[in-house]
Amino acid sequence: MLTVDLQEKLAFNGLKFEEYQKILDMLGREPNDLELALYGVMWSEHCSYKHSKAQLKTLPTQSECVLQGPGENAGIIGIGDGMAAVFKIESHNHPSAIEPYQGAATGVGGIVRDVFTMGARPIALLNSLRFGNLDNEHVRYIFGGVVAGIADYGNCLGIPTVGGETYFNKSYQGNPLVNAMCLGVMPVKEMVTGSASGIGNPVMVVGAATGRDGIKGASFASEELSAESEEKRPSVQVGDPFMEKLLMEACLELIKTGVVVGIQDMGAAGLASSSCEMASRAGTGIELDVALVPAREKEMTPYDFMLSESQERMLVVPKKGCEAKVKEIFDRWGLNAVVVGQVTADGNLTIKEDGVIAARVPAASLADAPVYHPESVRPAYLDAVESFELSQVRIPETDEYNDILIELLASPNLSSKAWVYQQYDHMVRSNTVVLPGSDAAVVRVEGTDRGLAVTTDCNSRFCYLNPYQGTMIAVAEAARNVVCSGGKPLAITDGMNFGNPEKPEIFYQFRESIAGMRAACQALNTPVTGGNVSFYNEHSGQAIYPTPIIGMVGLLENIEDAVTMDFKDEGDLIFLIGETKEELGGSEYLSLIHGLETGQLPELDLNLEKAIQQTVIEAVQQKIIKSAHDCAEGGLAVALAESTMANGLGAEIEIEDGEVRSDAVLFGESQSRIIVTIAGKDLNLFMQICSANTVPVQRIGQVKGDELKINDWINARVELLKLQWQEAIPCIMSQR
Amino acid sequence: MFKIELKVMPRKGILNPQSTAVKNGLKAMGYDNVDNLEMGKFMEFTIKAADRAEAEAYVEEMCKRLLANPVIEDYTYQIYQVEGE
Repeated sequence: MLTVDLQEKLAFNGLKFEEYQKILDMLGREPNDLELALYGVMWSEHCSYKHSKAQLKTLPTQSECVLQGPGENAGIIGIGDGMAAVFKIESHNHPSAIEPYQGAATGVGGIVRDVFTMGARPIALLNSLRFGNLDNEHVRYIFGGVVAGIADYGNCLGIPTVGGETYFNKSYQGNPLVNAMCLGVMPVKEMVTGSASGIGNPVMVVGAATGRDGIKGASFASEELSAESEEKRPSVQVGDPFMEKLLMEACLELIKTGVVVGIQDMGAAGLASSSCEMASRAGTGIELDVALVPAREKEMTPYDFMLSESQERMLVVPKKGCEAKVKEIFDRWGLNAVVVGQVTADGNLTIKEDGVIAARVPAASLADAPVYHPESVRPAYLDAVESFELSQVRIPETDEYNDILIELLASPNLSSKAWVYQQYDHMVRSNTVVLPGSDAAVVRVEGTDRGLAVTTDCNSRFCYLNPYQGTMIAVAEAARNVVCSGGKPLAITDGMNFGNPEKPEIFYQFRESIAGMRAACQALNTPVTGGNVSFYNEHSGQAIYPTPIIGMVGLLENIEDAVTMDFKDEGDLIFLIGETKEELGGSEYLSLIHGLETGQLPELDLNLEKAIQQTVIEAVQQKIIKSAHDCAEGGLAVALAESTMANGLGAEIEIEDGEVRSDAVLFGESQSRIIVTIAGKDLNLFMQICSANTVPVQRIGQVKGDELKINDWINARVELLKLQWQEAIPCIMSQR
Repeated sequence: MFKIELKVMPRKGILNPQSTAVKNGLKAMGYDNVDNLEMGKFMEFTIKAADRAEAEAYVEEMCKRLLANPVIEDYTYQIYQVEGE
């Protein structure tokens, strides 16, 4: 019966009454307070994916290169030469909203641990960030804090932060998004996983000591933010990157010795989640005594030990008899390594305190939360979006276009993000070949000729206006960015950020978004190897724009093939592969210049997309592409302007004045378009490759002088454009 | 005029890597008897205010907004009346 007492207990643990009944059925008795807390945290959305699991299962997860799909700490793909790439994206939105510096820093720490847990050395970080409008003082504080937190943590670790994206939109005003992605590499044969097999094997806690920080952080991440959130202080953890560096080196050294059976990061819900997940993956049980766990504070209870989210800790299951070896390695790095229990055959998670049993529940029941199929209702705003008539938008006069281009380039969303990435060490380890600010970053795989191209992409305005197609476009754009850097797209990790899934309109957005991702990933043969779902991104009842961030990894068989977006030499020919249509719906231009966030999205033909990407891949392999850049936010004009910046080389562009209205030609965001430059001598070979792939291609001009000229619409000195584009964000951030 | 002595310390239970590093440094030098070492910040300043209550409200606001990070730090202060215009 639901007494007031029980109601309070359930509310405290974030459990519903029907979930409590399910627990009663499984246990055949009433759970004690600690057991109930374990269910509460393990069945929270953050740990259990109970609202998203059924949808996520519909995503493609296999291809010839996938070695480890979803369900582990990170996904793994084979990249040839006996090497594997390990990568994953993860959100740290709620902590960053409360304490931007530590929230973002510990987000980086968590994703790095996920990657080295698999046995891989992390070689690159990316961060996909979303904030409210920069004219708000609090937003500037959050933005500054997040970037500083990422910079300090990543820089201390000696892992380059090579890319990502930063966008500003009012929908993120009270709920910023911080999604961190980490990429690592390792020899395929050194793969380890997070499963606790081998009855009788010891279970060890290694790394930092456990304090009371971040208790119930996972449950906190599964709630909407409100004005009271600022009072939820103990949920924030403080990161220690130097400790993480030691832990990383110790773990990588330990894994190389071959004594590790399974290893897992203690992330959200700490010891509780790591122990029950490791046991349930292996179908075993784990018995542990919390009194043995190194503590940072006095008088900690079993509850504190199990739910603490103290950072920089791991759970390790070594082979029996190898405890001393583990201790020796961790001692040398100045870290704790303590046997706290063992793997058992009974399938239970048994928690003791000084030998007295404090909780005992089936490990699988904790890991197997109920799966929900929430109601889904198409949101009403989509009617207005779909019936939008472009004809109501005035076409600017010819002499207005220069100013419009400058306004776009100087807007926070399109301007240079150097203010952000210059705070990051993006060159440490000296393997970064294509630097931040490009379509995709390229990092060298040491000891081989190979390189990896990595990018994160999502146009959340598109996803708001049409969740299905917007997400398809996000996948296609990520792949296009990889291709523009000279890589072949291989696989993705998805960072899904949405509002409250218990609201039918939000769940509709999520379901449609997954369907769009499925379609695009199938067509482009880029399966999903894992990722993260962050729901309840709302502030005072307002949801964020649906933001399914696509983190994509591609392969360059030869690092020499890396391509950048900037124009290289005077006289090079400029081509536009793909077609420009009259498509302005959802564009940055419509939003910034006309104040409209509406309209039908640009079409996306996945077959054409594939053919266009294939064309560029082949041309890159023939070594005739001197620069490549995809047309994204701001359209053709902004893409051309971006290509002029690095070397100060201008361009003379003539576009046939056809049926498409002029503002759509310049700023429309038609999909599947890539601007490439080639030397005149390669013209025939290039045209052959294009016609073999039957893609539309158009010679639109050549690299020339120090001005950007497009028909009689645009005529501006590159130096001036660059100044506006570079100074926008530093200007805003210095006006505190 | 009032003189303020403000002490800002990490909240109890929050990880404080700086304190740990200093404590380990002392131990490495042979000072084995040291324990419970916590590092924080100390600030002194003066405030023009009509009375003690006004000064206190002023300090409270500054602490909440800038001088301390209430998410991870606690603060305490002393207020002394001093001569001044």
